[in-house]
Amino acid sequence: MNLFQQAFAWLFDPARLEGTSAIPARLGEHLVFTFFAVLIAAVIAVPLGYFIGHTGKGREVAIALSGAARALPSFGLILLLVLVIGVLHKEVAAYIAFVILAIPSILAGAYAGLEATDRRTIDSARAVGMTEWQILWKVEIPLGLPLLMGGLRSATLQVVATATLAAYIGLGGLGGYIITGLANRDFPQMLGAALIIAALALVLDGLFALAQQLVVPRGVGAGRTTDVRTRSSRSSAVAEASAK
Amino acid sequence: MNWLVNNLDLVLELTLQHLKLSIPPIIIGFIISIPLGYIAHRFRLTRGLLLTLAGLLYTIPSLALFVILPSITGVSALSELNITIALTIYAVAIMARSVADALDSVDPAIRQSATAVGYGSWRRFWTVEFPLAGPVILAGLRVAAVSTVSLVTVGILIGVSSLGYLFTNGFQRRIVLEILTGVVMTLIVALLLDRILAVGGKLLMPWASSTKQRKRQPLTVTASTSDLGSPA
Repeated sequence: MNLFQQAFAWLFDPARLEGTSAIPARLGEHLVFTFFAVLIAAVIAVPLGYFIGHTGKGREVAIALSGAARALPSFGLILLLVLVIGVLHKEVAAYIAFVILAIPSILAGAYAGLEATDRRTIDSARAVGMTEWQILWKVEIPLGLPLLMGGLRSATLQVVATATLAAYIGLGGLGGYIITGLANRDFPQMLGAALIIAALALVLDGLFALAQQLVVPRGVGAGRTTDVRTRSSRSSAVAEASAK
Repeated sequence: MNWLVNNLDLVLELTLQHLKLSIPPIIIGFIISIPLGYIAHRFRLTRGLLLTLAGLLYTIPSLALFVILPSITGVSALSELNITIALTIYAVAIMARSVADALDSVDPAIRQSATAVGYGSWRRFWTVEFPLAGPVILAGLRVAAVSTVSLVTVGILIGVSSLGYLFTNGFQRRIVLEILTGVVMTLIVALLLDRILAVGGKLLMPWASSTKQRKRQPLTVTASTSDLGSPA
């Protein structure tokens, strides 16, 4: 029997549905970590990102932050926080680590969503008499939603991956199977668990991809909002205006 | 502070080991991404296919990929080669997209001018398109380098030693300073490689006023795929 067959045999063994280490229970833990970590991170990062995007203040800080976050080793961060905060509060420590790791992508998504809004659209909104607050809520935020969703998507995948590593401190979640599998040299269990984790990440990624399509406001031409990666529509609008 | 003073040799040794594990995936990934990015840039059909596949591979959490790969490649799960292959896949997933985007961003008028004065497609690619795409490709390379350095630490979970050793060892011995040293050294190695690439890029591509691209680069969100089929 090859390793994949053994892994599937492990996955579909009825024993996987029983006890505290049943797959549904572990999957549930993993999802709970991910959901609450991303939620808390969003509560912090979205308003901040909107502030930066709307006012243009603090842009450099946001950029430096998201650059540094990529270099931050997530596994080290969790272990460090657990030791600093105390082994008894490892769940709190893990959540703080997850939130820290989720914030930069969400911040970037919120910020980039507003930045991508065409300067002329905002000027038009101001010209028809909208207040700053209305411009933010009725123009910038709806137009920036697909990019915000993209930020939430990256953050979610980051937390799913990091929650897998958090099993090392005995936090539960799907990574636990890999950690115990490693200790017992149980490769079918490790592979089975790795396949579920990969599947979980892919499913969540797919759901976010779908959500990203759904939040594009009606009336926005296809491709318009995605056109932000290599060009700043604000600077090009300025360039066009000054060329006239 | 005692721990650090007594273990400077260990930290240095692990840092070198970390570099040894980080550099091959970055270089191999870069070499593989150029043809892949070109194919994605050149043909509409392969673009969607390649970049979607790259996106999906990048989605798989590192520990899961470390475990799944050996059963496909036949390499031992606990070997350095396994880590190298996994990190190369991630590097390619990041850079193939940035190579494709970079080539897309080359002004079609320049491409046509090169063709008009008699450049064949091979020479045009290496002497015109690739150098002009350079600054955007470099931005992707820097992202890949930094994330590779950070991901190498996860290898300690499957027994491949790097600065990640300081995490697990420090955790077991309850030495905060040891883990902190590991985290800080990983950050330093990542930022050092990033600086080397940035400075190297400036020296190799003096024509690039790359500050503008670099400013925007770190804020890209994986899902914000730019599809500049025909740049305006």
